[in-house]
Amino acid sequence: MKRNIIYLLLALLLAVSPAFLNAYWVDVLNNVGMYALLALSLNLILGHAGLFHMGHAAFYAVGAYTTAILNTSFDIPVLWTMPLAGLIAGLFALMVARPIIHLRGDYLLIVTIGFVEIVRIALINNVFGITGGANGIFGIDRPYLFGFKIRKPHEFFYLIWGFMAVTVFLFHRLENSRFGRALNFLREDDVAAEGSGINTTYYKLIAFVIGAVWAGMVGTIYAAKMTIIAPESFNFWESVVMFMIVILGGAGSIRGVILGAFLVIGLPEIFRGMGTISDLINSLFSSFGVTLSLDFSNFSKARMLIFGAAMVIMMIFRNAGLLPPLPRKYPLKKIREEMRIREEVRIREEMKIGEEMP
Amino acid sequence: MELFFQQLTNGLAVGGIYALIALGYTMVYGVLKLINFAHGDLFTIGAYLGLTLLSTLGLTDHLGPFGVVIALAVMVMGLVAVVGIILERIAYRPLRESHRLSAVVSALGASIFFQNAVMLIYGARYRVYPHDILPRVVIPIFGLNVPLLRILILLTSIVMMAALYFFIQKTRTGTAIRAVAIDQGAAKLMGINVNAVIMIVFLIGPALGGAAGLMVGLYYGQINFTMGWIYGLKAFTAAILGGIGNIPGAMLGGLLLGVIEAMGAAYISIAWKDAIAFVVLILILIVRPTGLLGERVAEKV
Amino acid sequence: MSLLKLEKLVKDFGGLRAVDEVSFAVEAGDIFGLIGPNGAGKTTVFNLITGNYVPNKGKVIFDGQVLNGLAPNKIVTLGVARTFQTIRLFKALSALENVLAGCHCRMKSGSIAAMLKTPFQKREEKEAIQLALAELDFVGLGDDADTRSDSLSYGNQRLLEIARALATQPKLLILDEPAGGMNEQETDALIEIIARIKARGITVLLIEHDMSLVMQACEKLVVIEYGRKIAEGLPEEIKVNKKVIEAYLGTDDEEEGEACF
Repeated sequence: MKRNIIYLLLALLLAVSPAFLNAYWVDVLNNVGMYALLALSLNLILGHAGLFHMGHAAFYAVGAYTTAILNTSFDIPVLWTMPLAGLIAGLFALMVARPIIHLRGDYLLIVTIGFVEIVRIALINNVFGITGGANGIFGIDRPYLFGFKIRKPHEFFYLIWGFMAVTVFLFHRLENSRFGRALNFLREDDVAAEGSGINTTYYKLIAFVIGAVWAGMVGTIYAAKMTIIAPESFNFWESVVMFMIVILGGAGSIRGVILGAFLVIGLPEIFRGMGTISDLINSLFSSFGVTLSLDFSNFSKARMLIFGAAMVIMMIFRNAGLLPPLPRKYPLKKIREEMRIREEVRIREEMKIGEEMP
Repeated sequence: MELFFQQLTNGLAVGGIYALIALGYTMVYGVLKLINFAHGDLFTIGAYLGLTLLSTLGLTDHLGPFGVVIALAVMVMGLVAVVGIILERIAYRPLRESHRLSAVVSALGASIFFQNAVMLIYGARYRVYPHDILPRVVIPIFGLNVPLLRILILLTSIVMMAALYFFIQKTRTGTAIRAVAIDQGAAKLMGINVNAVIMIVFLIGPALGGAAGLMVGLYYGQINFTMGWIYGLKAFTAAILGGIGNIPGAMLGGLLLGVIEAMGAAYISIAWKDAIAFVVLILILIVRPTGLLGERVAEKV
Repeated sequence: MSLLKLEKLVKDFGGLRAVDEVSFAVEAGDIFGLIGPNGAGKTTVFNLITGNYVPNKGKVIFDGQVLNGLAPNKIVTLGVARTFQTIRLFKALSALENVLAGCHCRMKSGSIAAMLKTPFQKREEKEAIQLALAELDFVGLGDDADTRSDSLSYGNQRLLEIARALATQPKLLILDEPAGGMNEQETDALIEIIARIKARGITVLLIEHDMSLVMQACEKLVVIEYGRKIAEGLPEEIKVNKKVIEAYLGTDDEEEGEACF
């Protein structure tokens, strides 16, 4: 209960934050939101099903390109393309995942890396003549929502974080269901899962498909936000960043993944802005005759170095991530009570029958 | 026909480099059942260390061209081996008893760390090797002009591979490595110091990878901090192609992949050159995950 | 018609023939024991029935249907549930959720129903939890529903596997060394549970090393050695069967056999 109040307060704080922030910082929050969405969709595959998938940027790319092509060539409004972007990304996932789904953890990892590279190379080579080659596609329209044109970071903020709210709501339900449990079973032990009657191949594929559908839809938002997309936006490093967010934040945990996105995407920005603060500290110390050469803004350059090291350290000391998933809660007391009442009714009725027919 | 033979020799030279890197993957996989994702970055470190040593030590003033290269190779291999041993000690040893995939994540983290460390030290731009170290001579073979460097690279990698093969097959230490690869527990019971064996593997693999890095610097003349990923992935493909955990397999896979790639670039499309290796990788994992020389192993239920 | 029938089942691993033309039939309602020395191929036979391995030759017929080549999860749906020799629970999950894994194959709601939380999905979920609790109660783990499965005692982990298997609502339950690692009291409790499983109308096929359990619980036995069937019959017949005694005591120092008889 207490935890829910904290989440609610944090959500409220986030919702009103654009009122106090300039465009730069709102855009940082938008980026955090985009990566959090991507990481949440990856989390189904990597966190819940435990499939080492490092090609998520490929699905993201398929979605973004679907929107870009439909919008620029066929003038379909951007947000209308969103379901289709998701669908095509999902179909693409089904197609590429089917033959490799049985591969063991680290092999799957390397194959998915291969896929994301092949997709990028295909986009550069202007495959089917519709992807615009290395320059990509430009001139994508801004989205309209209820007749309102979304253009400024402040406006995108509500589109992105609104979609986030929907995503968290739906994914939370998904986690706490037969489907979510099935993914966990096959992550824990897929031989035992099969032996308990779970079609592990099917669930692995569905995890891929749902993850890809979401990544594809985030691709639509990305295309709309940037109005220009190019293959380099979907390179292997994008996949690495998503992977990192899930692993560092907490695989299988929605709150962990969102925290992870704030850390991996937001933190370096905060330090970038702190160059003046470190200068201030330096000058403060130098006035006391102590020479310091702190430069907090360096952190953003070294962010991947630091997060790389953090992955190693995390695996050694806290391999479930910063905020690991909490055990699912079941209303056992209530269900027990119902079972007891039903049992009593049954016994009473049996006794009644016994009385009637001695 | 000329194009074919030029691509063949080129493919073999590049394949030799792939094979040297692939050996590192395959040896570590053999003893730890871990894909050492940071291996490609050790290769990068080798290339950059070669450049640093070349520009700071002034070797060219004292030694002839071949002396320079040999001295460089020895130093680079030694230094990269040290990095490899430190890597194992810090990032992998604490995870030996934990879930296999934890170690994979750790390896990825180490890879990202190394790559960015190189970027922060040397900068993100391409760095150029001095191109006058080895004489730029072409040697006529069967009427074809083959650059000397190409031949040297192929020969060197073959000599190194042969030496490694001999070491693994014929020496006591090599036998210990093979024993640990088959069954770590049993090897321990037989009195083999498993930690020492793993350390030796992390000495040899990175040393060979470092040598490959130096070769790429000398052959192509320019290096970049991200090259470890692409070479690493290709070398890994080579290791899988030959059968991971299998040393002759890595050699075969490397040479084969180099040739396939060179031919693909020449006869299919140069633009898709980098995709060829990945297609090979995906096909081999789907069709025959144990590789060309690997044995089928049934998973125990 | 027998519930389960093996016809000349053969399984090779490379050059090794692990199972060599094994045939036997399990009648509905039996408690059937499969015994034999270590490495005789018992677990391999189980894995052939449950679809984890595919036989090289021969047939597995369950309830009139040939199981050869079916995926393990399909075979579970048809009514064959199993436990594992080396306990394979979903370690990080609670006892209840482990049993819910067994309920899974009798449920229908998919991912979209879960996102929409349809009335059907809600009802089904509640019924599954009730069923899982009932199975936990059945094996005596009702109070441990919330406990992480890997913090249960070894014996209780074995019982949890049985509860998970029962939750699939099987016709045939296959137990691979259910008493492995159990003490005497736990084994006695297990024998009682097996009897109650039979009382529910479920046929039981088990591998066991604990001969006291085999002799008490099983109504019929098959003995295999080196992948071949060497004897079949009632427990008291098997006890005095010359071939069986040889197989267990042998000419070498098979301690286990001595301890058993």
